[in-house]
Amino acid sequence: MRNEAGRGGGGYLAGARAGLPFALVVGAVAISFGVLARSLGWGVLAPIVFSVITFSASAQFAVAAVLGAGGGVFAAIAAAVLLNARFLPMGVAVAPFLKGGPLRRALEGQAVVDTSWALANRGGGRFDREYMIGATIPQAVAWIGGTALGVLGGDVVSDVERLGLDVIFPAFFLALLVVELRSGGKRAIVAAATAAALAAALVPFATPGVPVLAASCVAALLGLRGRSS
Amino acid sequence: MSALWVAIVAVTLASAAIKAAGPVLVGGRELPPQVNAVIALLAPALLAALVVTETFGEDGHLVLDERALGVGVVAVALALRAPVLLAVALAALVTALARLFG
Repeated sequence: MRNEAGRGGGGYLAGARAGLPFALVVGAVAISFGVLARSLGWGVLAPIVFSVITFSASAQFAVAAVLGAGGGVFAAIAAAVLLNARFLPMGVAVAPFLKGGPLRRALEGQAVVDTSWALANRGGGRFDREYMIGATIPQAVAWIGGTALGVLGGDVVSDVERLGLDVIFPAFFLALLVVELRSGGKRAIVAAATAAALAAALVPFATPGVPVLAASCVAALLGLRGRSS
Repeated sequence: MSALWVAIVAVTLASAAIKAAGPVLVGGRELPPQVNAVIALLAPALLAALVVTETFGEDGHLVLDERALGVGVVAVALALRAPVLLAVALAALVTALARLFG
């Protein structure tokens, strides 16, 4: 068994506790999604179903943005898929630590969301499966509940940006990056710096979603270089 | 089916497939060391790319706004060894204040 993090229910619970502060933010963002969907005339059912089955803020906001601006359905789908393409490398990274056969692994892979994936990162390419799944659960509940609240008119968070909540995600990713770099050595620092520079260079030219995907994959390929052992 | 429902179903299926691909294709098998070396660098690379796009990216442009101030606060707080949650909360507070008075 590769999975040495088998801490049973304790891992899930610790993960859920770690995910709780983010669930509050996710809930606020979900309310704003619900309010946006209502303003676009999506009705009550569609936005809630969307949040239940897709469970992806970036993809859902992308669909709302494209359709809301009068764009076509294929443009909306393409925008959402490109944004979520980052889950491909994230899924590859956690893959060795998931359990069971292909079907169960495919299901467990659905628990990958940015914050949980980052929280479960143990450095050096290791991940804590139970912690990640645990951290996703409160955020899923908040995402679905917040969407319903927003759709049904409970606009309790008037503006996510005014409260500075939008900065929580990059701030949190930076914090985890610092932790990762303190333990990851020179290769990790070089990869991170390369990815940051590439992402910045790509933002003005590429469709949203492409910079993160392309920059991270290219930078990670630096791992092929100069393996001296 | 309306365009909205087509988008909902298609995005759900595509998103689930993207998330399933890595675990199904890579999971459980021993990988060559070169592949493991690349996978080990995915985390720092993805985190760095996310920080850049979510701090400076805005509708296909690079912008310097209150978010950069908030993320800068996190960097300083972490350099002073503040706990992660405190640092992140400070970032939100500073960003909100900057927008209020900016």
